[in-house]
Amino acid sequence: MIRVILPQHLRTLARVGTELQIEIDGPVTQRSVLDTIEARYPMLRGTIRDHVTQQRRPFLRFFACEEDLSHESPDALLPDVVASGKEPLIIIGAIAGG
Amino acid sequence: MSGVRVLVGTRKGAFILSADGKRDRWDISGPHFAGWELYHLKGSPADPNRLYASQSSGWFGQIIQRSDDGGKTWYQPGTPPGEPPAPGPPQAASNKFVYDASDETGRPLTTHQWYDGTQHPWEFKRVWHIEPSLTDPDTAYAGVEDAGIFRSTDGGENWQELSGLRGHGTGPKWQPGAGGMCLHTIILDPGDPRRIFIAISAAGAFRTDDGGKTWKPINRGLYSKYIPNPTAEVGHCVHHVAMNPSRPGVLFMQKHWDVMRSNDAGESWQKISGNLPTDFGFVIDVHAHEPETVYVVPIKSDSEHFVPDGKLRVFRSRTGGNEWEPLTNGLPQRDCYVNVLRDAMAVDSLDKCGVYFGTSGGQVYASADAGDSWAPIVRDLPAVLSVEVQTLP
Repeated sequence: MIRVILPQHLRTLARVGTELQIEIDGPVTQRSVLDTIEARYPMLRGTIRDHVTQQRRPFLRFFACEEDLSHESPDALLPDVVASGKEPLIIIGAIAGG
Repeated sequence: MSGVRVLVGTRKGAFILSADGKRDRWDISGPHFAGWELYHLKGSPADPNRLYASQSSGWFGQIIQRSDDGGKTWYQPGTPPGEPPAPGPPQAASNKFVYDASDETGRPLTTHQWYDGTQHPWEFKRVWHIEPSLTDPDTAYAGVEDAGIFRSTDGGENWQELSGLRGHGTGPKWQPGAGGMCLHTIILDPGDPRRIFIAISAAGAFRTDDGGKTWKPINRGLYSKYIPNPTAEVGHCVHHVAMNPSRPGVLFMQKHWDVMRSNDAGESWQKISGNLPTDFGFVIDVHAHEPETVYVVPIKSDSEHFVPDGKLRVFRSRTGGNEWEPLTNGLPQRDCYVNVLRDAMAVDSLDKCGVYFGTSGGQVYASADAGDSWAPIVRDLPAVLSVEVQTLP
């Protein structure tokens, strides 16, 4: 079981609570996590990564274990503690405001 | 009793303002989609309960929302609320706007002119304007940034580009204005379903006569001293275009500077700024029953985007332009420095004609007597991006 924390606006769109819990068969990577989330919550397609290029949207970041994983390859394995569900993968909006 | 529903898009959500035909007492609902930018909401003329909304965010991109009950509930087309996602690959594509680059539909177009004169790839950013079909609630058009026009025929679930617009030949010469290269105006001709008018900042106005397959610039008569050739075929910063449905060949335009009029469906334009205190502005609209009565809100200048002299004045011409009168009754006449953006004015079709506009200061003003007097419906919304009105039976 993998735990994912979404930003508030995406929780509203997907009509979910603070934390998602998903199951993944095979390698646990950014790509496999996002594929699973988008399959379960199709209303989130295009909001985290581009529909066509699959690139992360520029003002979103992926954090886990107090590390910024945003610039890791989408096919790199996520930390074991994320794959085991001990730590969540946090998808967070970059600070920008006014 | 008949009534009106005013759809207001703001920087931080959408609001729906409803009243009966007297238009003096209002119910306010919202914010819908709180925290998101709502560039535009519009109802279907064929089914007033069908509304479309463009919801966007710098973080999360574009979302299309749809309501089938007049704005009480909303959902993303393709993902109705309460239904479990279908098995298999994700189906929702209501926010998927992919430019057509196929060989079958014309020349693949991948670049336009950038600020520095180099060619730049087309990049989808957001939907500025949604124009529902006049006859089919499931058909709607979307004007997007970077400039293109898309159409959905399944209630907003899927969108296909009408790529003949970008591909007609002048696309590589288009370039963005300060607000981005946006297609912000879509007008469907009620007398000819094959004819559509659109406008782009800063490319100009265009028309199709074959349902969107082929397009041509309609900018003859425009003069823009801020471009190298002031009378060029494209490159004009058209801010908005309006039409009275009873006379689809007559168009009124608020350009960056200049208020213009065409009597021949855009084939030629004449300046009608007349005695306006300034002819810079964004909005323009036409009275629902008097096709020679036109409204604008002059803005001081292209570098000072607020009303001149601290006075919020709508100017009305009853002669199709050139002779304008300030409408001030009920509007602030001192210390007012708001702007009124291009899609933030609308008219209803009651008798007398109602006129509505929203400001960058968050006020939405209404006139139930064609502009003779005004009153705020609300004063303290987020900055208003768009105002549309539905006249309900």
